[in-house]
Amino acid sequence: MSTTETTAKNGQPRSHVTLTGAVIRFAGDSGDGMQLTGDRFTSETAMAGNDLATLPDFPAEIRAPAGTLAGVSSFQLHFSDEDIHTPGDEPDMLVAMNPAALMMHLAAVKGGGTLILNIDAFTERNLQKVGYDSNPLTDGTLSGYQVHEVPITDLTLRALAEFTEDGRLNKKEAERSKNMFALGLVSWMFSRPTTSTEQWLGVKFADRPELGEANRKALRAGHAYGETTEAFVYTYEVRPAQLPPGRYRNITGNQALAYGLVAASVKSGLPMFYGSYPITPASDILHELSKLKHFGVRTFQAEDEIAAMGSCIGAAFGGSLAVTGTSGPGVALKGEAIGLAVATELPMIIVNVQRGGPSTGLPTKTEQSDLLQAMYGRNGEAPLPIVAPQSPSDCFYAAFEAARIALTHRTPVIILSDGFLANSSEPWLLPNVDDLPDIDVEFLTEPNHPDGFLPLLRDPTTLARPWAVPGTKGLEHRIGGLEKHELTGNISYDPANHHHMTEVRQARVDIVANQLPPLEVDDPSDDADVLILGWGSTYGPIRGACRRVRDQGHRVARLHLRHLSPLPADLGDVLARYDSVLLPEMNMGQLRMLLRARYLKDITGYNRVTGQPFRAKELADQLLAMLGQEVPA
Amino acid sequence: MTEATTLSKKDFTSDQEVRWCPGCGDYAVLAAVQSLLPELGARPESTVFVSGIGCSSRFPYYMDTYGIHSIHGRAPAIATGIAASRQDLDVWVITGDGDALSIGGNHLVHALRRNVNINILLFNNEIYGLTKGQYSPTSPLGSVHKSTPMGSIDRPLNPVALALGAEATFVARSIDTDRKHLTEVLRAAYEHRGASFVEIYQNCVVFNDDAFQAITDRETKVINQIPLRQDQPIVFGKDGEHAVVARPDGSMKILPTDEAGDRVVIHDAHKDEPTTAFALARLSHNPTGPTPLGVFRDVKRPVYDDMLNDQIAQAKAKRDDGDLQALLESGNVWDVLKS
Repeated sequence: MSTTETTAKNGQPRSHVTLTGAVIRFAGDSGDGMQLTGDRFTSETAMAGNDLATLPDFPAEIRAPAGTLAGVSSFQLHFSDEDIHTPGDEPDMLVAMNPAALMMHLAAVKGGGTLILNIDAFTERNLQKVGYDSNPLTDGTLSGYQVHEVPITDLTLRALAEFTEDGRLNKKEAERSKNMFALGLVSWMFSRPTTSTEQWLGVKFADRPELGEANRKALRAGHAYGETTEAFVYTYEVRPAQLPPGRYRNITGNQALAYGLVAASVKSGLPMFYGSYPITPASDILHELSKLKHFGVRTFQAEDEIAAMGSCIGAAFGGSLAVTGTSGPGVALKGEAIGLAVATELPMIIVNVQRGGPSTGLPTKTEQSDLLQAMYGRNGEAPLPIVAPQSPSDCFYAAFEAARIALTHRTPVIILSDGFLANSSEPWLLPNVDDLPDIDVEFLTEPNHPDGFLPLLRDPTTLARPWAVPGTKGLEHRIGGLEKHELTGNISYDPANHHHMTEVRQARVDIVANQLPPLEVDDPSDDADVLILGWGSTYGPIRGACRRVRDQGHRVARLHLRHLSPLPADLGDVLARYDSVLLPEMNMGQLRMLLRARYLKDITGYNRVTGQPFRAKELADQLLAMLGQEVPA
Repeated sequence: MTEATTLSKKDFTSDQEVRWCPGCGDYAVLAAVQSLLPELGARPESTVFVSGIGCSSRFPYYMDTYGIHSIHGRAPAIATGIAASRQDLDVWVITGDGDALSIGGNHLVHALRRNVNINILLFNNEIYGLTKGQYSPTSPLGSVHKSTPMGSIDRPLNPVALALGAEATFVARSIDTDRKHLTEVLRAAYEHRGASFVEIYQNCVVFNDDAFQAITDRETKVINQIPLRQDQPIVFGKDGEHAVVARPDGSMKILPTDEAGDRVVIHDAHKDEPTTAFALARLSHNPTGPTPLGVFRDVKRPVYDDMLNDQIAQAKAKRDDGDLQALLESGNVWDVLKS
């Protein structure tokens, strides 16, 4: 951190502080536009060249009663001049649009942190609504923080007075621009240009230009307020991060996943079919793909989860790259049909954007508790490959890998994403699409045996059965859920055949491991005392935790799994190399159970299901404890 | 090499041994379909039969076409995936009263309202046969079967009325024992573009024999079959002695033809408004008395698969075929230069 003394336009002395990074949380009512504010600040931050990670957090209710704790929606952004992996443990700054937002989020703010409070919302009624017995602005609750009391609502209304006076907007509409005022102020504090947001407002409100104009005005008013008022002594700057050279964009997990699927469609030459039923937090994949019809993507909003899965089976039979997307409750409904996909050996992808469970659970919160469902949530022995993305942009590559496995081995594949990956974003170094490998798919065009067509005659290296699509003369055949003869595919009740087919279905999954690259263990000293293992969205916090612990001079190794079924062939050897293994999961120990059973290796779990991603600090504390170190309070 | 252009029943018959009970009505439907398809100019390689679970759902195994014997109730959903992604195929759904109307009711109504280009043949035997004789959603109230020793207490569905209510564009009813009628109805279903729904009364000899006796018995069928013929007055019975007329409230009743005079309903399946078809469907609930047979409704509506593919063609025309690199670089991008 370095500080430069400057003078503001009004002659007031100002300190311009250069930080290495900052964590900001915007919080307000569901109707206050906090997600949008966060998104825009993220975009400005990305354009400024910082590395960043975000954590949107919103209630499942669309609009809970105004001013209540249940209605608080927040967006956290961590940005830095160096490579970062998490949305940050503790915010340095909280923007709270009402008392509910303050009450909900104050505890998370770093001691001495900055609070920007919309005091117009701190009415007696709003304070009572959330159970403040006394006014936190005056009772000393906030004494440890740098507090900026800003009449955001009032200032917004004043800035937009001309709009309400001439009737272009009513008061309620004008008031809605207060999030842009807050964004303008925070943008000024962090030396962010607002031009990209101004352009964006023009596009968003193309149909109602007066709203675009009003929001721009509120944004500029917030910026000017920071510039001219004497309240703000500090402005901040976070220099661009030294990221690897290339072209970047900011991307969320759901968007990256949709793009990865389209990339697989392009690289396999197969038209894509996406059958899905709306469900949080997976629906954005459907929205994204429905915009991509010019890629030949057919999207089908089915009548229910089962139909979505059924339509995929049909489309796969017809020769499409068939995909369905859902969350855990949807996978539960699809279970029987996924079993049919296993039995018929058709390639397709099932995306599970996991959320808190059981049952409806926590629809907008994150969890990793569907791993065992993905492994075993079907009747009979019905194994299938499972892959997991580790970061928002990695959803692109996980989707591509899932398609490769599905098409190469003719099997349904499950992608286990989660709510955190789905909605959070990060800068993504864009790949050159020419560098993405082709996915070779060949339909069978003539009988594969002197005796005729054998629908289950397998490729010995992949154990894939031939893909003979309707329209191909001479390859007419029937498939189904009944057990089939190992070659002809005709119904078979033969005991030995059923046992054989059960083994083949497992072998067809196991053989995927043969083509996986060796595991890359991050173990700089090569003699770490503890291995920290993870899968899915815990990647960021685990990396953050390793950095902290290594900075203190400890030796820890790190390994993150992309493939959960089949497990990589060399995983057993890696685990054997370490005396202690820590496996944090946002579930009660599901992968740990699988690994213990498979490798007879004791593994220590760290299992929390709070609906929130892990913080780097809590994982670092776990590592320190395993290393026999004193854990700081 | 010249392509054989004339196909026969044999070309649509697989090498699998048919395993329905001797005397099952399914045999007659299978034979009718196998004979009709070559007449229609259908090709085995371009034909797909999709079924669910139940006795009739074994049907695809006996057709030498492409086929999926799927899971209970889901055939319309699977067929939708095929039809929506492959406009070039003829897609048939084979289902039963339990499969389509009980466990799969949701998929049936949605496939019909979307007007997906599939032909749905519902084999209605008013019984669960494969699970050995429980009452089904079309069994009459009071039916005594294995799970209803004191008589069933749920009101049966009327499949034709249900299909009409689901906005189906082609709705017909036929019967397994009348090969000629069945063939004509299937032909019309095939020629209709969009979802076609055909209810076929099909006798289960083991668990529900003679359920349709009133309309199949040599003695009674002439007084109980009400043939629906396009643009013809709806009359039936010996020498057309009975006629269907509309009541003032729109419902239908049966009168002696000589009393009906010019009030006899003239059948028009092409009428856009389905009210008359619905009223005809309500003439009989279970076929124990006079029952209309034939095409109730046959109207043109936009077809789901056509509209889906049109949107894709439009998007491609407007934006060219997708450029993947441009997609990835859409939105705000920035370049980090080598330092």
